[in-house]
Amino acid sequence: MDITSMTAAELGERIKNRELSAVEAVKAYLVQIDRLESDVHSFVTVDQEGALKRAREIQKKIDKEQLFGPLAGVPVAVKDNLCTKGMLTTCSSGMLENFSPAFTAEAVKKLENAGAVIIGKTNMDEFAMGSTTETSYFGVTRNPWNLKHVPGGSSGGSCAAVAAEECAFALGSDTGGSIRQPSSFCGVTGIKPTYGTVSRYGLIAYGSSLDQIGPVARDVTDCAVILEVIASHDPKDSTSMQRETYDFTSALVDDVKGMRIGIPQDYFTEGLDKEVERHIQHAAKVLEEKGAIVEEFDLSLVKYAIPAYYVIASAEAGSNLSRFDGVKYGYRTPEYEGLHSMYKKSRSEGFGAEVKRRIMLGSFVLSSGYYDAYYLKALKTKALIKQAFDKAFQKYDIILAPAAPTTAPKLGASLNDPLKMYLGDIYTVSVNLAGLPGISIPVGTDSKGLPVGMQIIGSCFDEVKLLRAAYAYEQTKIYERPNLVKKGQGEERALMEGGRENGKAV
Amino acid sequence: MAKQYETVIGLEVHVELATKTKIFCSCSTEFGGTPNTHTCPVCTGMPGALPVLNRQVVEYAAAIGLAANCEITRVCKFDRKNYFYPDNPQNYQISQLYLPIAKNGYVEIDAGGTKKKIRIHEMHMEEDAGKLIHDEWDDTTLVDYNRSGVPLVEIVSEPDMHSSDEVTAYLEKLRTIIQYLGASDCKLQEGSMRVDVNLSVRETGMKEYRTRTEMKNLNSFKAIARAIEGERTRQIELLEAGKKVVQETRRWDDNKEASYAMRSKEDAKDYRYFPEPDLVPIVISEEWLERIRERQPQMRDEKIKRYKKEFDIPQYDAEIITSSRHMADIFEETSAICKKPKKVSNWLMVETMRLLKEYGMEPEEISFSPKNLAKLIQLTESGIINNSVAKAVFEKIFTDDVEPDRYVEEHKLGNVSDEGELLKVLQKVIAENPQAVVDYKGGKEKALGALVGQTMKAMKGKADPGMVHKKLRELL
Repeated sequence: MDITSMTAAELGERIKNRELSAVEAVKAYLVQIDRLESDVHSFVTVDQEGALKRAREIQKKIDKEQLFGPLAGVPVAVKDNLCTKGMLTTCSSGMLENFSPAFTAEAVKKLENAGAVIIGKTNMDEFAMGSTTETSYFGVTRNPWNLKHVPGGSSGGSCAAVAAEECAFALGSDTGGSIRQPSSFCGVTGIKPTYGTVSRYGLIAYGSSLDQIGPVARDVTDCAVILEVIASHDPKDSTSMQRETYDFTSALVDDVKGMRIGIPQDYFTEGLDKEVERHIQHAAKVLEEKGAIVEEFDLSLVKYAIPAYYVIASAEAGSNLSRFDGVKYGYRTPEYEGLHSMYKKSRSEGFGAEVKRRIMLGSFVLSSGYYDAYYLKALKTKALIKQAFDKAFQKYDIILAPAAPTTAPKLGASLNDPLKMYLGDIYTVSVNLAGLPGISIPVGTDSKGLPVGMQIIGSCFDEVKLLRAAYAYEQTKIYERPNLVKKGQGEERALMEGGRENGKAV
Repeated sequence: MAKQYETVIGLEVHVELATKTKIFCSCSTEFGGTPNTHTCPVCTGMPGALPVLNRQVVEYAAAIGLAANCEITRVCKFDRKNYFYPDNPQNYQISQLYLPIAKNGYVEIDAGGTKKKIRIHEMHMEEDAGKLIHDEWDDTTLVDYNRSGVPLVEIVSEPDMHSSDEVTAYLEKLRTIIQYLGASDCKLQEGSMRVDVNLSVRETGMKEYRTRTEMKNLNSFKAIARAIEGERTRQIELLEAGKKVVQETRRWDDNKEASYAMRSKEDAKDYRYFPEPDLVPIVISEEWLERIRERQPQMRDEKIKRYKKEFDIPQYDAEIITSSRHMADIFEETSAICKKPKKVSNWLMVETMRLLKEYGMEPEEISFSPKNLAKLIQLTESGIINNSVAKAVFEKIFTDDVEPDRYVEEHKLGNVSDEGELLKVLQKVIAENPQAVVDYKGGKEKALGALVGQTMKAMKGKADPGMVHKKLRELL
């Protein structure tokens, strides 16, 4: 039985039917981690002992029929900006290298209650700032499809871990595309729910008004199953919403007849890779053949999304990250003279370059005299973008778009040109600005053998339509796995005693 | 001739609200706990923690706003005020800038016999910071976050005051309103009310304002008055010497009766305010506002009017009784039971005030129950105990809230009602004091008093002095 190649739902079903145990599942993933981690480096922390211990406890509950949900006993990897009590939560930053939270994030708690087994914490761009997972203090994560390429970001570790089959599924967070873009680059499925669907309590904030936690998984079914577990109205998060329904799995029907699909013409312009464009157009045709009504339209305001996003996200980030000052927890510079010197040196040494760039940008746009020109204008732009989407959703059930203008770039190709990296977020950021749900699903690979992701955007709280379209498309395709994970005869190595945690260097 | 100067003063008043829990978490607001015991991930700014607004804060703030004749902002928002300081665990304070909960109000003060309105510019809600404790011995600074997240309202007045008397009158008025609402105890010494004074001077008759300074660290009404006089003098001296007043924040040292500059406008912080994304806008519906309005108690000015009219209580007495809502409540409840408002007023004005002074207590700390004072009044009115016994019993009521009828019975303090026994004692007193009897009969009215005193002494105080007086006259 090839445990690690199963979807989370399949694995959960087998565990439920006693075909295999939670402990066996965890062990299989630990073997896979051991086999691939030195190449891929998806994890900041692998909690081998803890995971096995939790798996044993959960198996007891499964045996006593106290746990019978779809994720009971299923191993999960959690992005390292989600607080896990007593387990390092670093945000892939030197600032929080040794930070162990006193409480667990609400979304993670929901998974724990459902019996999912946390096997580790995944690598990310430092404080979720970046689109390549190269800004991590602990070193880059590599794309399982081609180790010379990035996995995307900021949830690059989560997406790479799912693609490399180092976990059955993962949690990511998405502020401007951080689930959808790396899902696209790694050939996996990731959903950013409507803002307010998953509690942000315990998510170390980047841009509070844009951040959402979401699942990264092998397929659409897994995403719907996981979303049902993690979505909740949480009184601890004032921005969390009471939804009318938390049923996402009943959307999984292979039927798009009469569904109205809009394709924004203004997304298909210069800058969009021809191969990516061809794949998206082809996927649209597939849906059309299944009975959907596909139409092109003008979304408008596309070019304003990136500047508005970077102003708002940076402003909030600058303020959110001010608590990392060396006073209470996290990194403190060893030598300083007085309070100011402690602040300055701790923050200068503790944060990486991209984080400092965004803090400076955020401080600038909120400074007196610039607030109206930048921050307030960005807020107005945000409102107009929301309006443009609202208008589109009067006509269409869903919007179909690329998740990113290109497939995964080579390692090192983006960092020297931050502006170019920011422009890579063009198809994802407006979804966060408007608070909408979006999913990225694999639609094929380009001539370099790298996956292409299609983004489906829904209107607020309408995940159901988006899941149905994604599910219907998925039925026409076989899930493609990277060569790296396709195990040859005898290639499988035995579980090494002790396992290992990832070091800093890669 | 020397120029005449006018002082122009506006105040920023911070008031700690009397909620049981903090503004954004469920930690206790209790004062003086062991450091860092009333804390949680939210009020210590731990990563991933999120604030949730305590609705009671909004209710108190709206109630104060209504009482101060403000417009209530029906959709108000919180903003972040960004600055680095270790007492502020997130390095931003959640406050209100763009849409504060209340604005454009006023309170009326009595300024030396004439009524005057002091306008309120705005009022906003915010969280308090923690406390820094400097350990000189170790040369370290420790932080206590127990106070971090205690709810505050800041009340910003217009520059409508011109003297320390007006400032005192305004502050007393605010304090009374807020205490009446039960929204805070407003103690300057304990920091539950904090006052910053913005002051400038200008030549009398001048229309424009001159540069102002802001004075901090004012811990009593007296310190505020002294700081105002000190700052007025300092600014006039600067102007007379042809120098400029610098816009700056100054710290008052009440021991030295002098202030020194803390920071000037040049190094003023840019707080980079922006809307708090972790909280949703607060919508104060008409129904909610109406409920708050219905719960508003009768305020002091109305009570004074009513006491004069309904109970025939003199202005001065009504002012004293209503100076604390607690005392006014005791007055009203006791009067309702015994139906003798003037007697109640007397007990409060004389004995209660005396005992408060003796024990160094505030009217808020009165702990006896109205029913016991009412009973005491009934006991004296029906002649069961005399006034001096009543005073002694009242002391027990004041300190231990004893039930007076039981106490009188247990200690056998009731007047002796057996006339035969009284007559016996009177005859004995007359026999033993022949000179006094002679003096009385000779027209010395005072001599009778001495005989009454002797009788009371012999009766161990348990007689009605009026009765003794009457019987003595009859006998003589």
